[in-house]
Amino acid sequence: MLLALDAVQRAFGGVRAVDGASFMVGQGEIHGLIGPNGAGKTTLLNLVSGFLRPTSGSIKLADRRIDALPPHKIAVLGIGRTYQNIRLFPALAAMENVLVGEHLVRDAPLWKRLLLMRAARAEERSARAKALALLERVGLLARAGTPARDLSYGEQRRVEIARALASDPRVLLLDEPTAGMNASEVTSIANLIRQVAKEGHSVLLVEHNVQLVMDICHRITVLNFGKVIADGEPAAIAKDPAVIAAYLGSEP
Amino acid sequence: MGALEDFFLTYQSAIAFIGIDALLALSVYATLSCGQLSLANAGFMAIGAYTAALLTLHTRLPFAVTLIAGALAPAVIAVPLGLPVLRLRGVFLAIATIGFGEVVRLGLVNWDYTNGALGLVSIPQRARLWTIYLVLAIALYFFSRLRGSRMGYALEAIREDEAAARTMGIDTTAAKLSMFVLGAALAGLAGGLEAHFTFMVAPAGYDFSRAVDMLVYAVVGGATSYLGPPVGAAFLTLLPEVLRAIGSTVGLTPGPLRLFVSGAILLAVVLFLPNGIISFSARFGALTTRRERS
Repeated sequence: MLLALDAVQRAFGGVRAVDGASFMVGQGEIHGLIGPNGAGKTTLLNLVSGFLRPTSGSIKLADRRIDALPPHKIAVLGIGRTYQNIRLFPALAAMENVLVGEHLVRDAPLWKRLLLMRAARAEERSARAKALALLERVGLLARAGTPARDLSYGEQRRVEIARALASDPRVLLLDEPTAGMNASEVTSIANLIRQVAKEGHSVLLVEHNVQLVMDICHRITVLNFGKVIADGEPAAIAKDPAVIAAYLGSEP
Repeated sequence: MGALEDFFLTYQSAIAFIGIDALLALSVYATLSCGQLSLANAGFMAIGAYTAALLTLHTRLPFAVTLIAGALAPAVIAVPLGLPVLRLRGVFLAIATIGFGEVVRLGLVNWDYTNGALGLVSIPQRARLWTIYLVLAIALYFFSRLRGSRMGYALEAIREDEAAARTMGIDTTAAKLSMFVLGAALAGLAGGLEAHFTFMVAPAGYDFSRAVDMLVYAVVGGATSYLGPPVGAAFLTLLPEVLRAIGSTVGLTPGPLRLFVSGAILLAVVLFLPNGIISFSARFGALTTRRERS
């Protein structure tokens, strides 16, 4: 298994936002993470990406413990993410945002650029070409030069996905990638996620659009009050009484 | 030809101070470019000035070597200082770095070896205009190449959203520390150059107001590009001279009125050009297009 969480717990004071969660994500798998509001989904993504440390339990990426590492080191090991409340670099153009996302895969020492070496110029050209290709992939080539802050909400979400893909992550964490998008935009994001998984990236998808999750995920983990209440294939999850109770309330 | 020579002789010190102030403004820009407001650079400048001056007075080392030593000494000190203080943000970082500047200044006031508050005098004048502007040109070249590089984009990302930058794998602590150290080295260079131009160094020259002056140069010129800080330094260093010249031609008494006009211009720049003097054309362009549309 590529990403493995084992009895991960995170407490804020007396509140256990994530309470003993265990599940695994395989290579090339689209893994849905759903649950009612406040179930601990975003906290869990923050634990995996290193912005929070677990109170107890372990998180492993390809058998290596990552739960004590700072975010930038976790990124080096191959975890990329987007944010629920979009965090682009607002003053930078869409293309430049993606270019920053390429930070880890670029080999461009400053001294070569200072000495005006041809290798540096070639590297920059290919980095820009790659950024443009990623923008084309999310359908935003025409907006490449627009500052991120001037893009629409849906466009910003797509730039964020392109930026996260730019580092070629082994695991991509998507926090509500289709929030605020219309139906056709949702379809194109769903197709994009499927393609990304086919290329071998694993995707951990937090999403409120249950239909989308049921459609594209290979496995789904359901959280409620920080605990895993169900884990399995979409068809099984849809019938699971504990899941239905969590979403709709149980019969008295 | 004679006229040009006269001009340089008359305004030699004004031209030299513009170059030194431009270096100081760039030293503040180094940290501002990744969103860190540091006021430690007057302290770093003092360390650089004293290091270079002491080496010149007590050794036979060539000027270039003493200058480089004056850049390295504050850079070395910036590492252990930067590691803890760069954990602070915004105004807290500013306050901590003001504290550092005061420690340096008071340390020098109480250090007998450097004549305490009187400072060091009769430093040979080794800095020429071309030395100052050569150092400035090298610094400007560095910043021009930094912009648009992988490292340059990393710095912009940190300025825009530090947490998101870390998600991109950017070691934000290392990047911020590098720029803090670079700023210290530039301030030290400026200090060494100034010491060998004005013949003397004294603790009073590196007080809090000096730290604020550098920041004002950078902000008034425009901290969004490396060209802004030198423009701001030139503008604010020349402004009093120009006003003095205008005042004496018109027959106005210099003094309070000149300061008043100087302050008013500064206020106008901050109010109407929030991105600095270098944003003038962009802003003026925006105004004309808006008028065309309506």
